[in-house]
Amino acid sequence: MNAASGIDRRAFLVKVAAASGALTLGFDVTQAAAGRAPEITAWIVIQPDDTVIIRVARSEMGQGTLTALPMLVAEELECDWSKVTVEFPRPDENLRRNRIWGDFSTGGSRSIRNSQEPLRKAGATARDMLIAAAAARWGVAANECRARNSVITHGPSGRTLTFGKVATAAAKIAPPTEVTLKDPAQWRLLGTPVRRLDVTDKVMGKPIYGIDVNLPGMLHAALMQCPVFKGTLKSVDESGIAAMRGVQKVVKLKDAVAVVAETWWLAKKALDALRIEWDDGGNGTTSGDSIRDFLLGGLAAGEAGIGRTDGNLAEGFANAAQRIEADYSVPFLAHATMEPQNCTVHVTGNTAEIWVPTQNGEAAMASAAHTLGISSQNVRVHKTMLGGGFGRRGATQDFVPLAVLIAKEVDRPVKVVWSREEDIRHDYYRPVAMARMSAALDAAGMPRAWHVRMTGNSIWSTLMPTALRGGVDRQFQEGFLADMPYDIPHYLADYAIRNTHVPVGFWRCVNHTQNCFFRESFIDEMAHAAGVDPLEYRRRLIGRHRHAKKFLAVLNAAADRAGWNTPAAPQTYRGLAVNEAYGTFVAAVAEASVGADGTVRTPRIVVALDPGTIVNPLTAEMQSESAVVFGLTAALYGEITIKDGRVEQSNFDNYRMLRLAEMPKVETVLAPSGGFWAGCGEPPVAVVAPALCNAIFAATGKRIRSLPLKNHDLRKV
Amino acid sequence: MALLTVNGRQYDVDVDPDTPLLWVLRDTLGLAGTKFGCGIAQCGACTVHIDGAAMRSCALPLRAIAGKSIVTIEGLASGGLLHRVQQAWIDHDVPQCGYCQSGMIMAVAALLKDQPRPTDAEIDAAITNICRCGTYQRIRAAIHAAANT
Repeated sequence: MNAASGIDRRAFLVKVAAASGALTLGFDVTQAAAGRAPEITAWIVIQPDDTVIIRVARSEMGQGTLTALPMLVAEELECDWSKVTVEFPRPDENLRRNRIWGDFSTGGSRSIRNSQEPLRKAGATARDMLIAAAAARWGVAANECRARNSVITHGPSGRTLTFGKVATAAAKIAPPTEVTLKDPAQWRLLGTPVRRLDVTDKVMGKPIYGIDVNLPGMLHAALMQCPVFKGTLKSVDESGIAAMRGVQKVVKLKDAVAVVAETWWLAKKALDALRIEWDDGGNGTTSGDSIRDFLLGGLAAGEAGIGRTDGNLAEGFANAAQRIEADYSVPFLAHATMEPQNCTVHVTGNTAEIWVPTQNGEAAMASAAHTLGISSQNVRVHKTMLGGGFGRRGATQDFVPLAVLIAKEVDRPVKVVWSREEDIRHDYYRPVAMARMSAALDAAGMPRAWHVRMTGNSIWSTLMPTALRGGVDRQFQEGFLADMPYDIPHYLADYAIRNTHVPVGFWRCVNHTQNCFFRESFIDEMAHAAGVDPLEYRRRLIGRHRHAKKFLAVLNAAADRAGWNTPAAPQTYRGLAVNEAYGTFVAAVAEASVGADGTVRTPRIVVALDPGTIVNPLTAEMQSESAVVFGLTAALYGEITIKDGRVEQSNFDNYRMLRLAEMPKVETVLAPSGGFWAGCGEPPVAVVAPALCNAIFAATGKRIRSLPLKNHDLRKV
Repeated sequence: MALLTVNGRQYDVDVDPDTPLLWVLRDTLGLAGTKFGCGIAQCGACTVHIDGAAMRSCALPLRAIAGKSIVTIEGLASGGLLHRVQQAWIDHDVPQCGYCQSGMIMAVAALLKDQPRPTDAEIDAAITNICRCGTYQRIRAAIHAAANT
């Protein structure tokens, strides 16, 4: 490939290597072919000194993929784990090589599920090639040799060779057409807790995140987008910055203004000194109240897309012993990754080079190419480490075209960094949503009929309309369709789409984050109406689901660990929730207390998790803890509100995050039942809010039907 | 021109004295281990030591710290040995995305200098940095472990 920019590549690489220690974390090195052994498969390079370089196509945003994915390769490769290093292949290389590394998209808790087979096969393939090369050197049959811990041993003679000694020869051998993968019972690495490969660099401040990219001659940009979504730029008065030294350029875009300067601070200072007028595009009067009214219309609408229907609702409601109804609602939520959005771009003629913390390097490449009207072949993309992702940096690559349009106006590389305020005010938010629940209970208090009417902002209809089927957004109803765990003879789940002007997107665990709250809270309402213990009520209702065993196993595991049938600590109450998301079964028990002043405390949360197969129990547990904090933050504080068409929140002083003092003790029960592969990054997020709110009901008798909790008065009356 | 001592090395920097220390470290001196998170001293990702005390550098103008001695995450390890807080962070598998951890580690290193055996309540009061990945449980365990080494 031709270098896409005039930067001295060697100088750049040296700088990065010096800054990042042993692991070239955050940077691809596929271009550094000189002095390297040839690859054995596209995923694996083994150096003469036995170093094993494993390529990771998915992004590392904290979830541990940089460690778990290489483990899948190493298990079959039979290499010495202590010799493993990792690198990210570049998206443009993937394109050039016919997508040999597959999909780079990192989301939906899919990384392990979708990578396990090709990665294990790559490891097995390379192992067979290394053995074949050793056997050829010895002049013996390959089936007399075996590999273990980066050493190939010829059984009959006891001779040995390390992988590094035969790697070059192995690379020339035709790969086997078929390989046999190990039975999980034979695994030595998979399923054992393995320390993250990036941990040492991360405690030394060494990894290069997108925001840390530093190129020779690089300029910095700060930007402001139209505060009202879908509005446009009217005018910019630059008189306030005339005397500022170091300011290079004011870039005016359709809906944003950027200042390019010698440092980011200068750029930000100049941006703040501009007088900018915006056209609100007609959305300047939209507010929380108008959005609420709009959604209430959705709850009552005659027309709605049907996601699932069983039996006959009217029949179910006829002759009900008891009827219960309730409306639930949740607000928009921002992702608030700790690293604000950013992207560094160098445009030269009809080529571009970009450095970006992205969950989808291929989408970033396509987005840059589309913006410039050039071929993707002409965009070189470097994925960096991500300071958090949570869905913000995946399906929506908005930070890329903005940076490209700014960089197009200058002839040097530009790093565009969003202020925290821009980051909070220009997100693709977890959608606002409401649910109207109506249920009919029989004489025993069990539901005969249940109508779940949902409404709110559809992600699919705005970001990927081709995913809709007959106008029905099934993703918005996730948790209420085939994945709904309960037996209800007469059931209807429908959804009236109500799209606002606020952009929405995939937020860690997506629509499960509201739907599990709606469903598991309302099931608790049914249990209360029936006068039955919430755990027992769920056990009775789960009976016939095709995954009943798995739902019950996690429910029972969480309840047992929490001691559901034993008294909690004084003034502490328990609530629970169960769910399936992205193939993973998860249950939680939350313990909560509510002080006389209304303060909610959550001393302990137990999570039971069945993702089928667990690659690295250490990072699986860490993801469970992380997901609990994500879910708890949203339940307690999370709320993005709209006034005058714009987001009211701006920074961590008014978009509050959970802090260490509020951290519950999280206990994770890993309960992989085997036979399938799913993920751990998202599923536990959804069960936290309902488990907590059910505990609050147990504590106070107050049923929480809207989030966040900070808006509720829980004082004793 | 302002004279700065960072990680034991002296620098003459020619920037606007209103510039927050964070941007001097990152953009002028090329020390990118200290992170930008909020710009209003809320999240602590930018925490460094100034004359031994933990300070949030994003809202600290250069003019306020002339002549003081600054230590960043790049200068915490010494003589090829990790600081005990860094070691405890590895032993307890704290970092996830890692972005906030420079600031966390600097805040904790300063805490342990002042309070060698902090109680949970003292930790709660002193460590108010934000970690969006939610590594707090492991942070608490690592602090207690570091306090005992």
